[in-house]
Amino acid sequence: MLAWTIYLSFLGAAAVLLLPSQQERRAKVVALAMALATFVLGVIAAARFAPPRDGSPIVDIVRVPWVASLGIDYHLAADGISLVMVLLTGLAAVAGILFSWNIEERPREFFAFYLVLIGGVYGVFLSFDLFLFFVFYEIAIVPKYFLIAIWGSTRRTYGAMKLALYSFVGSAMVLLGILAAYGVAGGSSFNLLDLAQHAFTREFQQWVFPLVFVGFGILAGLWPFHTWAPTGHVAAPTAGSMLLAGVVMKLGAYGALRVAMPLFPMGVAAWQDFFAALGLIGILYGAMVALVQKDFKFVIGYSSVSHMGFVLLGLMTLNGVGLCGAVVQMFSHGVIAGLLFAVVGRMVYDRVHERDLDVLEGQGLARSIPFAAATFLVAGVASMGLPGFSGFVAELQILVGAWRSFPTFAVLAGAGIVLGAAYILRALQKAFYSDHAMGSSEPGPPLPAISLPERAAAILLMATSLVIGLYPKLLIDLILPALQSDLMRVLSRRSLL
Amino acid sequence: MIGIDYFQMMQSLWPEIALVITAAAVLGFDQFCARGLPLESRWRGGVLIAGIGMLAAMTLVVLQKGAVEIQDGMLISNPVVRLLKLAILAMAFFCACLSLQNRESRHAGEYVILLLLATLGLLILVSSDHLLMIFIAMELASLSFYVLAGFQLENRSSAEAALKYFLFGGVSSAFLLFGLSLLYGLSGELLLHKMTMAWRANPQEPLLVLALVMVVIGLGFKIAAAPFHGWAPDVYQGAPIPTAAFVASASKVGGFLVLARVMWSGFSGLEGSAAWQAWAPGWVPLLAVLAVVSMVWGNLAALSQTSVRRLLAYSAIAHSGYMLLGLIAADPRGISALVYYVITYGLTTLGAFGVVAVAAPSGNDHWDAFAGLARRSPGLSFCMLVFILSLAGIPPLAGFFGKVYLFVGALNSQTSPHALLWLVAVALGTSVVSFYYYLQLLKQIYVTPPSENLPAICPQFSVQFVLGILAVFVFVLGLFPEVIMAKTEIFLMEAGW
Repeated sequence: MLAWTIYLSFLGAAAVLLLPSQQERRAKVVALAMALATFVLGVIAAARFAPPRDGSPIVDIVRVPWVASLGIDYHLAADGISLVMVLLTGLAAVAGILFSWNIEERPREFFAFYLVLIGGVYGVFLSFDLFLFFVFYEIAIVPKYFLIAIWGSTRRTYGAMKLALYSFVGSAMVLLGILAAYGVAGGSSFNLLDLAQHAFTREFQQWVFPLVFVGFGILAGLWPFHTWAPTGHVAAPTAGSMLLAGVVMKLGAYGALRVAMPLFPMGVAAWQDFFAALGLIGILYGAMVALVQKDFKFVIGYSSVSHMGFVLLGLMTLNGVGLCGAVVQMFSHGVIAGLLFAVVGRMVYDRVHERDLDVLEGQGLARSIPFAAATFLVAGVASMGLPGFSGFVAELQILVGAWRSFPTFAVLAGAGIVLGAAYILRALQKAFYSDHAMGSSEPGPPLPAISLPERAAAILLMATSLVIGLYPKLLIDLILPALQSDLMRVLSRRSLL
Repeated sequence: MIGIDYFQMMQSLWPEIALVITAAAVLGFDQFCARGLPLESRWRGGVLIAGIGMLAAMTLVVLQKGAVEIQDGMLISNPVVRLLKLAILAMAFFCACLSLQNRESRHAGEYVILLLLATLGLLILVSSDHLLMIFIAMELASLSFYVLAGFQLENRSSAEAALKYFLFGGVSSAFLLFGLSLLYGLSGELLLHKMTMAWRANPQEPLLVLALVMVVIGLGFKIAAAPFHGWAPDVYQGAPIPTAAFVASASKVGGFLVLARVMWSGFSGLEGSAAWQAWAPGWVPLLAVLAVVSMVWGNLAALSQTSVRRLLAYSAIAHSGYMLLGLIAADPRGISALVYYVITYGLTTLGAFGVVAVAAPSGNDHWDAFAGLARRSPGLSFCMLVFILSLAGIPPLAGFFGKVYLFVGALNSQTSPHALLWLVAVALGTSVVSFYYYLQLLKQIYVTPPSENLPAICPQFSVQFVLGILAVFVFVLGLFPEVIMAKTEIFLMEAGW
């Protein structure tokens, strides 16, 4: 059933393209219906997900030979981690479409590219054959370029090209690593589960692991390869930023967790400290740069780098708590960053046509669009890691995990959280609750009211963050068993030694 | 001299005979029936007859069964040869259809006849193991190409293209002939597969090195591998579009097949090795140098092109470099990958040229002519999107699988397993460079607004048909690569060559 999330997305893209050009407005209805359908499928699958008690927590969906002579299968499967990511994708897809309800320019093409991207992302999260995984991974990259270059704003073609080239460099590294592993393991199977059985030599793992990890890390915003992320986020249209931060960056982190780490455990052990340090630098650097940005959207762009740093740090803790925290953080950041970008890009920029915080300071937006201010407040405190929201659950677990593996890093990462509070509060104050605007009696120019689709999407995302924050067991019960599978167990066992 | 079984020979030559009859029919039609008709009808009539003849020849190829060798390899018919013949005939058919869009000349009949003769030459070229036959067939094809390239009498760049093509081609033929005569002199054999015995007796013969170098230079011109690529950009740009498309596709199939046969069969036992830091003299390291130079130079030079046809030319040089990887692997899987790649590449390039033929018919193929094409003709742009993404190697299109297949072949080569990783790394690195210029072209089509209010483009039915079919091919061959590769690989594994 989960496989239909992929097919529905691609079918939706085709259907949108095939609509007659007079019915361009109907495109968004079709797109929304498809995205909703995939989201509902994901929710049902997650609710009914019950792997056999004594068997592997990885449940096959489809497994048929695709290119038999090279050992390529069409192998879709799911475990708890994939399910969490599928849920996130569904949420981001629905919210993104609701927030792009005002797209007037070439809507059919917009939603076609959008749905192809979503389909590719679903595919990545459900593939257990590395070749298939890579196919979906690339499918998810190309539409990004067009979404940003055609419908974007500031320096859109530059941002789009930078993002595309960084992604392609990353995927070339990943492909080289996958092919090398495939060749060394005998060249008989691309299946992740089969390859994981092979004992690669220590020397091989020590150079392939950093290659593949950095390849994935580029997409996950790994410092110092993160520079595409802020420019890409700023250039992208609102839904583009939401998907970029919400799911595309997660592709990289997910790839690292699913492919790079289980295949090369000795490589992970050798490079653990190094990549943890890079993750930590990402946390601090992203937060400090976000603190001094003038452009509202850049603040959120750099905050993504910072939050993804937490994910990478969590991955490198190599213990159950840290890994679980990393996955929860992927989910949580996907929801919260989507919300923040929606406020900045859709609610504020589309109305005020201004993103410079110093200019916004004079406008007292909290009075003209109070809903936007409230949404940003909620998303902001969630992003800071206030208890009760998903960000808290995630970052707490990561810090606990990091404390066990490298206490110094944990302390410094804690400082990152404080910085996170600082830049969010600064942006919140400047953009919405500035004193001298609040003091003046003249109201700002009337702005169009926040529309129903926007409200619906914002409430959906806020509610998700709140529910996960109050009852994280929903996700953790999915993630923890998945970390015990034959594939993933090798990661957390290492720390016990 | 052994007696020749003419009946058997006829049987395996039916497709070629059909082409000769078709050529005569076109000549007769043009000479006797079409004198008084308007130009358009003469073109249509000629192409119609040629198309029927080519379809008939394809049917005859399909009907042939088994593996036959006449006169010990003077003429060969086996599944791989038939596959290539089918591909060449299909490419010729599509080129004939394309020539209806740009009726370059008043000499309709002559153009079609030369196209048929070139096809005939290529068909014989791929089905012979005999040095003289190879050379004669190659000259038949090349001489037809020279004339075809200069068919726009009133166009200076067409004349330039023809002259350059002729001069370069003539010199390369001389090199090739010199090399082949040395081979004959050294071995006393004209059949490639019999030469091995002579080398085994005396592998240190210095003249053999000379012969090898001469042959590689001669064939390097034909496949446009750097540094022997000088003619390609001018021919691709100046020649009439159907000619350029044919040179870029079918002649490449022929050229690569001959190169593969001469190297793999003629120089068998003299492979040497291109493994990193373990070089051994032979033809493999020689080709490895060509491959690296082609990949690097082709991709870098393409970056600075502003003419779409020159861009395709430089990308063709780079693709020659990738294809050489299959040969360098020097085993059946590598050759099978080469066969797959050269066929899918030919079809893709043909499609790209088809789009150029419609979008820039006046010969001005600067970037700007493609600006905003997506708004002038969505269908055409979508086809171009498919072709260009396939050339760039984006899944699930044929170009992606072709690349992976080549890389897997090179990595798992039986002669030097895992030793060619450095070549694969170079190929992946340079292909990242290629994304830039492919995306630039797509950006012109999809992002840049049209410079003035140009009318919508509605290509002729024949061209729509060709482009549609080609786009479907590129999709289907990418999704189901086993259509081509399974049989090829199995046959090559079993039968050698």
